[in-house]
Amino acid sequence: MNTDMNINTLRRHFRESFKNLSRNGWMTFASVSAVTVTLLLVGVFFVIMMNLNHIAGNVEKDVEIRVHLDSAANGQDKELIGKKLEQMPEVDTVTFSPKKEELDNLIKDLGEDGDAFKLFEQDNPLRDVYVVKTKSPQDVVKVAKEIEDINYVQRVKYGQGYVEKLFDVVNVARNVGIVLILGLLFTAMFLISNTIKITIFARRNEIEIMRLVGATNNFIRWPFFLEGLWLGILGAILPMVLIGTGYYYLYETISPRIDIKFVELLQVNPFIYQIAAILVLLGALIGIWGSMMSVRKFLKI
Amino acid sequence: MIEMADVYKTYPNGVVALNGITTKIKQGEFVYVVGPSGAGKSTFIKMMYREEKPSKGSITVHGVNLSKLRNSRVPLFRRNLGVVFQDFKLLPTLTVFENVAFAMEVIEKHPAEIKKRVMQVLDLVGLKHKIRMLPDELSGGEQQRVSIARSIVNSPKVVIADEPTGNLDPETSWEIMNTLEEINKRGTTVIMATHNKDIVNNMKHRVIAIENGKIVRDEQRGEYGYEY
Repeated sequence: MNTDMNINTLRRHFRESFKNLSRNGWMTFASVSAVTVTLLLVGVFFVIMMNLNHIAGNVEKDVEIRVHLDSAANGQDKELIGKKLEQMPEVDTVTFSPKKEELDNLIKDLGEDGDAFKLFEQDNPLRDVYVVKTKSPQDVVKVAKEIEDINYVQRVKYGQGYVEKLFDVVNVARNVGIVLILGLLFTAMFLISNTIKITIFARRNEIEIMRLVGATNNFIRWPFFLEGLWLGILGAILPMVLIGTGYYYLYETISPRIDIKFVELLQVNPFIYQIAAILVLLGALIGIWGSMMSVRKFLKI
Repeated sequence: MIEMADVYKTYPNGVVALNGITTKIKQGEFVYVVGPSGAGKSTFIKMMYREEKPSKGSITVHGVNLSKLRNSRVPLFRRNLGVVFQDFKLLPTLTVFENVAFAMEVIEKHPAEIKKRVMQVLDLVGLKHKIRMLPDELSGGEQQRVSIARSIVNSPKVVIADEPTGNLDPETSWEIMNTLEEINKRGTTVIMATHNKDIVNNMKHRVIAIENGKIVRDEQRGEYGYEY
């Protein structure tokens, strides 16, 4: 907006915006309620989405590619394969696990039953393995395919089928969430835009006179801009408090009882502060957008 | 100086309001615009403060070519003129003082300057003692004087008045005319559309008569010339 505004004018715009909020009491209440309801819904969705994302991320992080080497490969071949793997652009880390270690792990994992496998220590039937982690979990399938073509690679395992399904579910959940949130935000913007339009309609004389005495469009817009901002921030207060305390109690009661691998809720701190910041920001944006949309009509631009 | 050269105006609904107007108004003149209802008086007036744009032809007001003026520059242009209406167009929630000060706030004048100047013009229109009243608490004549005060508070070169006495009784109308006359004597151009025969015939000034979108008569110290 105009940059060369003096302090008196800015003060006037602030005063004007507060005066209008109280003068249009019921309309203010209606607009704030619209923001509140929307942000509550959006906030709850956000909490669910972010936690799902967090869990999905945990699972994804654990996805690794196990490259079983052919027993015919000699030391030099193995080294060469290791280098090739490290040179792939999508690959993050490569760890070599000799077959002796593989057997030890197996025995350890199986506990008491594992003792039976101790017999194999003399003539180990397992293979040396490279454990490959990709930078992005989404690259796993592609990288695995490429590795299969390397010489002396006997088998590539990454949880085929299972991993693809997981990624599909995570992607669908993310997209549905985003669409729902966007839909809610748009509904709120139109609600607010309409409510403010009614209040502005009552003030069209004022705008007309401002235009006649030489007020620039920016000057006319400022108080409405601020008014939209206040409406949005006021509307964000209740959702912030409700979702913040709600999440705190949810976390306190549910978290200690979960003992499924990968499944955990996001820490209360900083999560509820992040949510609060997002809600205030969204509230301010829809408030400003709504009021700017409705004032446009009365300005001949 | 205001110049119109071959100005036409056709509204989107097909109504032809102005049909080739050419005229010149010098700085400091007092001009009545008369004519039957629907003859194009209002459009003629609105052209001068760029509320309407000509369909054809050009208008220049103090060197600004209004047909070429971008919408974003209109507010700055309007600061050079004052406009007065039949229905006063005061803001009902603001006091007399605030209504006049409004025109100065809008163009971002300093509060101290606003206070001084507003008191000055309210003194000029004789309402210094009613600065804290709301428009509803004033008579029609007083309200119109507030609106005149607002129109001159930024010291414009031109005051444009569209039937300023249309809602007032004869006696109050004369008070308003005396105020406008006073403003004109200080060098401000006054252009006034009116239906008031008495005023035009008794307070002699230039008369431009418009009929069917054309100037049919333009006389210095003219007569009203209609029976209504």
